[in-house]
Amino acid sequence: MFHIPSSEMLIQGILSGILMGCLYALIAAGLSLIFGLMEIVNFAHGEFLMLGMYTTFWMYALFHLDPLLSVPISAAALFLLGWLTYKSIIRRILGGPMLAQIFATFGLGIFLRAAAQFLWTPDFRQISDPWVQGPVRILGVSVGKPQLVASVACLLAFGFLYWFITKTETGMALEATAQDRQAAALMGINTERMLTLGWGIGSACVGVAAAFLASFFYVFPYVGSLFALIAFVTVALGGFGSIPGSLVAGVIIGVIEVLGGILIAPAFKYVAVFGLYLVVVLVRPQGLFGKF
Amino acid sequence: MIALGILLLAAVVFPWVFRLPYHRDLVIRIFLYAMLAQAWNILAGYCGQISLGHAVFFGTGAYTSTVLQVTWGVNPWLGLPAGIATAVALSLVIGYPCFRLRGHYFAIATIAVGEIVQTLAINWEFIGGARGLTIPFQKDSLLAFQFATSKYPYYYIMLALLAICMLVSWRIERTRLGYYFRAIREDPEAAQSVGISVTKYKLVAMAISAAVVAAGGTFYAQYVLYLDPDSVLPLSLSILVCLLAVVGGVGTLWGPLVGAALLIPLSEFTRIQFGGTGRAVDLLIYGALMTIVAVFQPAGLVGMFRRRLGHWGR
Repeated sequence: MFHIPSSEMLIQGILSGILMGCLYALIAAGLSLIFGLMEIVNFAHGEFLMLGMYTTFWMYALFHLDPLLSVPISAAALFLLGWLTYKSIIRRILGGPMLAQIFATFGLGIFLRAAAQFLWTPDFRQISDPWVQGPVRILGVSVGKPQLVASVACLLAFGFLYWFITKTETGMALEATAQDRQAAALMGINTERMLTLGWGIGSACVGVAAAFLASFFYVFPYVGSLFALIAFVTVALGGFGSIPGSLVAGVIIGVIEVLGGILIAPAFKYVAVFGLYLVVVLVRPQGLFGKF
Repeated sequence: MIALGILLLAAVVFPWVFRLPYHRDLVIRIFLYAMLAQAWNILAGYCGQISLGHAVFFGTGAYTSTVLQVTWGVNPWLGLPAGIATAVALSLVIGYPCFRLRGHYFAIATIAVGEIVQTLAINWEFIGGARGLTIPFQKDSLLAFQFATSKYPYYYIMLALLAICMLVSWRIERTRLGYYFRAIREDPEAAQSVGISVTKYKLVAMAISAAVVAAGGTFYAQYVLYLDPDSVLPLSLSILVCLLAVVGGVGTLWGPLVGAALLIPLSEFTRIQFGGTGRAVDLLIYGALMTIVAVFQPAGLVGMFRRRLGHWGR
């Protein structure tokens, strides 16, 4: 059942796993930020990613704008979407039963996916000629340039997010709101604004990841499902609400996915990922870096 | 009680009034999905454990009876309890570790389990892999659980299964078990502190739920005579089951039935209206409904009517 890969193949696999893991981490960070603030899992997260990818695709198809230039546009569009989602849906279910919290965003996800299919058909689309393309050789193995650029950019975005949350005043207000909403409100923090901002920033993270992802991945209505599943698992593995946790978990999952594919069989790579997740979460229900 | 009698009578005479196969098939599927939603409701609605992987048990029921029949020629009527037993065993294996997780974590873990099981089924050649299994036609008889000339028996078998399932839910709702379940849903710590073994009763809820879903799976396999991982194990099936119960009314006896009776025809209607354009209009409506119900009326349609009609709605 197990295949013994050559060492070159192994290095190649681990490297590409790490690169992909950085993308997973940024997607998961958005999810984690929102959960940390209000203990709500955005089950429409994958569909947010999908919409960001479509934004990037249409910018390219209609205005010949390269995916790299679409990054701020996609981020802004997703910020707005997150903002609107909070204002129209999430605000109303904050104190509600668990069931309402899960199915409100779950329904939104189904709706957005169906809407994308309705508007743009289920066709797979691709950005055919981005600026950055082709492979590059590092450490004696070749990796895709778009993947490399995407992962470096995601790391930068991740660093920026971390800096923003730990060092700026707004970021600290966010963190305070996450720790104790009432106490934060008593300290004069406008918690309502913080929660809205959290949804905006959390979604903008996905927007950034989406723009880079669109430069080397197909765009179609169901593209979000797979990434969302991985994002849930990443966040749960890293610990809900822990931003550094999602970086570590994202990279672990990226590597496991590739190793599972190489060592067992490509069809089983997600079985390896979800299996690992189940094992970790059962041993440590709060995840690797979770607090509770 | 009278209303219930009329409802049952209407269900019994229905196929003799609307004789088109199309109508019969539609109502059979309403019954089937109502049963699955009701089973999900026992675990999620009463006991508060939100599973997003119930297709696993549907697939287990369908695959167990079919593999037994195709490989060893076991009669599907024996395959039915075998499927139930396998699903219950599997539910305990999944439930025991997963019930250590709470709320969102549990829901996500069940999605992960569902994905693992589907991938394994796709790659397991013994049970047909991605090609699936076809049940060869043997004999047109009740004994073989196969009907070709008249499809009426399928209708009545499904009606009977649904009736049993409703009866089970009704019993649970009125007995101590139901109170335990609801206590666990409302506050697990408080339930534990008054002496309810929380893990044990979560497992009981899961086992009952899995058993009912597995029975539905076997029925589906015998009705369609073909199954593959995409038709009996997909995440979309797990979600559809939740959707029906959520829109109809979670934690209520009639919610899942109301949800199925409204939404399954709706999906048919949009399919006829928009044809095979791949526009996913039914999902568009489903998604919007799910969100609207969750935000504005977490008790579902049944909850809404109950509030309007006061006591009568019970």
